This record gives sequence, C-alpha cells and structure tokens, in this order.
Amino acid sequence: MISIKQVEHVAKLARLSLSDDEKKLYTEQLAKILEYFDELKKVDTESIEPMAHALSVVSVMRDDEPKECVNREQLLGNAPAEENGYFRVPRIGE
Amino acid sequence: MNEIVCKSIAELRGLLLAKQVSAREILAAHRQHASELEPKLNAFNCFTFELAERQAERVDQMVAAGESLPPLAGVPVALKDNICLEGYPTTCSSKILERFVPVYRATVVDRLHEAGALIIGKTNMDEFAMGSSTENSAFKLTCNPWDTSTVPGGSSGGSAVAVASGCSVVALGSDTGGSIRQPASFCGVVGMKPTYGLVSRFGLVAFASSLDQIGPLGRVVEDVALTLQAIGGPDRRDSTSLNAALPNLLTGIDSDIRGMKIGIISELSADGIDSEVQNSVQAAAATYRQLGAEVSSVSLPNAKHALPVYYLIATAEASANLARFDGVRYGYRNLEAQDLLTMYCKTRQEGFGPEVKRRIMLGTYALSSGYYDAYYKKAQQVRRLIKNDFDQAFQNFDLLLSPTSPSVAFEFGAKTADPLQMYLSDIATIPANLAGIPGISLPCGFGQGGRPVGLQILGPLQADARLLRAAHAFEQATEFHKMKSPVLSAACARS
Repeated sequence: MISIKQVEHVAKLARLSLSDDEKKLYTEQLAKILEYFDELKKVDTESIEPMAHALSVVSVMRDDEPKECVNREQLLGNAPAEENGYFRVPRIGE
Repeated sequence: MNEIVCKSIAELRGLLLAKQVSAREILAAHRQHASELEPKLNAFNCFTFELAERQAERVDQMVAAGESLPPLAGVPVALKDNICLEGYPTTCSSKILERFVPVYRATVVDRLHEAGALIIGKTNMDEFAMGSSTENSAFKLTCNPWDTSTVPGGSSGGSAVAVASGCSVVALGSDTGGSIRQPASFCGVVGMKPTYGLVSRFGLVAFASSLDQIGPLGRVVEDVALTLQAIGGPDRRDSTSLNAALPNLLTGIDSDIRGMKIGIISELSADGIDSEVQNSVQAAAATYRQLGAEVSSVSLPNAKHALPVYYLIATAEASANLARFDGVRYGYRNLEAQDLLTMYCKTRQEGFGPEVKRRIMLGTYALSSGYYDAYYKKAQQVRRLIKNDFDQAFQNFDLLLSPTSPSVAFEFGAKTADPLQMYLSDIATIPANLAGIPGISLPCGFGQGGRPVGLQILGPLQADARLLRAAHAFEQATEFHKMKSPVLSAACARS
C-alpha cells in the first residue's frame, strides 16, 4: 500500500508541489489503482523478454548535413523570460 | 449552400472539377456551419480560417489553370490541438501550453497542405491526450452532437465532433490507447489508428512515444482511407516511422471479402460489455457472414491484463516526456518563485490539471527505485505476452472483431470521480496500441437514446489496407453511415 510519505517523495521526483488535499487524494487513488494492477503479479513472465517498443527499433542514421533551422528570435518568442538572447531563469544556487 | 457540409471527399472533388463550386465556397459553407455550432458544441480551441482561405485560393487557381488536383483538394480538415501548426497556438488543452505558438509544423500538416486540404481549426481534447471523455480539457467541455448531455469520448473528442457535426469533412486525431477509435465510436463516425509508424509523429506533442499514433477520422471509410493515404509514409524526421513505402490503400478497397477469416475476440464479448453493444457486434458478425467471411471466436488470454500494462507503460513514458514542461523555454511559468527548483515545482503544479498530475505521479512511481521491476518491467513483459497472443491469432485469422467501447456515450460527470472507471472505457482499444497493430472503429448500431455503437476491426501489422477493405465492405452492406447527427442532418435537410 502506498503511503502519504511515498506520495510526497514521488511528487518531489516529479517536480510537483502538490497541495495537502492533493497528497491525500492521490494517496487514496493511487492505492486503489495499484491494487487493481496487482493482478499482473499473478502472470507468469519467467524468461519473457520485456517489450519496450511495438516494432523492432534500430538506430536510424542519417548524413550530417547543415540545413536551415529556426532562428534564435523565433525560439525565444515562446520563452516566459529572456535576456540578451538567452532564457532567463531564477537563481539556481545560494 | 448548406448542403456542402454533407459531402464526402469524392463528392467535393466532383463538384470542384465540374466547376459547380469553388474551394472558397466549400470553405465558406463550413466556416458558417462551424461558427454557428461552436457555441453549442465547443469542439474547437481555435479556428484557422485565414490559413484555410489561402489554401482555398491556391486550389481555385489550380482549378482555373486546369492543373490536376491533389487528392484532398478543397477538403476542410480539423487538427487535434496536439499537432503543431506554426503561427497558431498548440495548447494540448493545457494551461501549461496555453500561449505556446510553435515555430514549425508537423509532417502531417505539410502533407495535408501538399494534398490541397483546407485546415480550418484546432480541436479540443483531454489535456495532453490523457482521458476518454474530453472532460480533462483545461478550457471547455465538448458536447456529443448526437446528445449534448453526453460526452464525445476522448481524447480526440473535438476532432470526432467536428466530423460528426459537419464542421469539417475529416479530422486528424492521435491514438495512444484508443483516443481516435473511442470518440469515433461515441460520435458515430469512422476513426482509424494505423499501424505504429505508418504516420510520422514529427510535430505531435508526445504522450507515450511507444504507443502514440496519428490517424484520420471521417464520416465514411473512403474519406478515412484518402486522408491516411495523404498523411502516411516514411519521414526522415521521425526515426520510428516505418521505412517501407506506403501501399495504395484505395486499390481494392471495394473488392469483396469472401473467404476472409474473421475472429471475434471472446474476452471482449462478454463480461463488462453492455448488452446493447454486444448485440450490435453480434449483428455485425452476422453481416460479415452474409458477405462470405468465415466468422468464429478467438481467445486472447492475456488481453485481460492490457489495462494495467497500458496504464503502467503509458504513464511511465508520459512522466519522462512531460519532464520538458519546466517553465524555462516555453509555456506557463510561475513568476513569483525565487529559486529554480521552486519555479519548476510551482510551474508544473499550477500548469498541469488533475489527471495529468495523477498520471505523472503513477508513472514516476512505476519507474522509481525499488518499484521498477515490480511494475514497469513486469508490464513490459506482459506487453510481450499480449503481442504473442495477437501473433498466434493472426496465424488463423485475417482480422479480429470486437466492440470499440464497452458502452455508448455516457453523461458528463459519470466517470470523473473514479479514475479507474474512466480507464476501463479503453479496455477494448488498448491492446492494439500495445501490439502496434492497426485498428479501425466504424458505426454498427445504436443503443439507448439513439447513441451510436462502434465496431472495432483489428489486423496484423501493416495490414491497414485489409482493414479498410473490410470496413468498406461492412459500410456498403449497412445503412449506419447514412445516419447523421441531428445538427448535420438538419443542415442537409435545409438545402
């Protein structure tokens, strides 16, 4: 059973500052969902290769050719904050 | 001019070639119809009529010059709002992308443009395509045109409504666990999830990359085939797109299906499927028998595990894909935070809605240290067992049949309180995404209150043309596709 402490830990990993009400709600809901998902434990998967992709994926190589790409001004146009052609963010350390 | 909104692609093409109508007139009719319906149905996040106007002008010039017309010339198309079109917002119906305007366009948009289509707008959806009713949109509730007290299905609910109501002739959606097929079923239209990789995902905002696939919705099978033909095929910008040339999906679409072996999936024919839906699917099976197909039952013993497998894999992939929404480069940012970590946490807390946060939490948990083997790895192993079941079934059968959804469209709010109940509405559509195989939903009956029932046909990898042929044969033998939603039949009757 998932605890509120685990929910807090997962929220931290996921970079979500959940409210107290959400922590409580997600603890209840995730517990119920995970309990339902426990049926998978009964399936025998001994020596079954995990399947990450629907098709057999190979590394697709292409020639390294210079091409026109989107310019800096256009890209920065979507930024919440910018300065001198860079993305501006709040202070990172002390 | 209202009757224009009832036409198929072939009919519009005939009118254009005979110079009985111009592309601009086709657009004007759809624009007027869509603008009238929007306050009632809320299918669109934004209209892109200025772009469509320019595209229509181009088509009219081609007609005037006597040039050969591209396959979707003058066809109004709606795009799900997770497909990038430069110059207009791509919001994914999320607050975190509310003001995001892409600087590039998706490959499917390029191809629609080349094919002469008129792109009329971006459609509402469940936030980041996470949901089965479009109720998870951060902006508005889209109504089902058959009964506006019911949901349109999801997550491509706006696209299904645009087509069912006649706002557009066809639409594009994305299908990660049924998000094209289930709303098509609820709205009485045809919706197809092609084989994984048949359509480029370049420019589609990622939800779960090993499952996501773009596909078309339309009122008749031929329109879906024509649209898929236009958007499909290899793309250098998506390294997971299939390398093989796209086959011609229209050749042989009207040949008969005599001798075809069709299996009814027994795990999706009984418990948990409403009886009115079961009855319609049984009747569809009888139609296939009359058409000369051999129909019998087939078991996919691991299909019953598809739901947990899907919700572990999809949420794990989503938790990684949605890590990019951090308030730095685009989208919403909490501007009060004084340090970077707080900015990340508050931006994401305020920018994402409840279902998206729930899934990020579930996916992060499934991938976290100590739980990876028990949940994520286990789900990937059972995913292979499900795929093996399909491989085995397709040794004996050409196609498989099931309902698309366990029920007809439900009322607003009916499943919002219990996430698990909402997840269960994807039970029949999820297995195809896990195996990568193609699936199509088409109208096969009506349940309580005249709400449409959808029939799902599944085929082996890259048997997309076979699926379309079987769907077309059913359509020709039945009248369901001729039934139109009240707002569309009213428009057709006025003409």
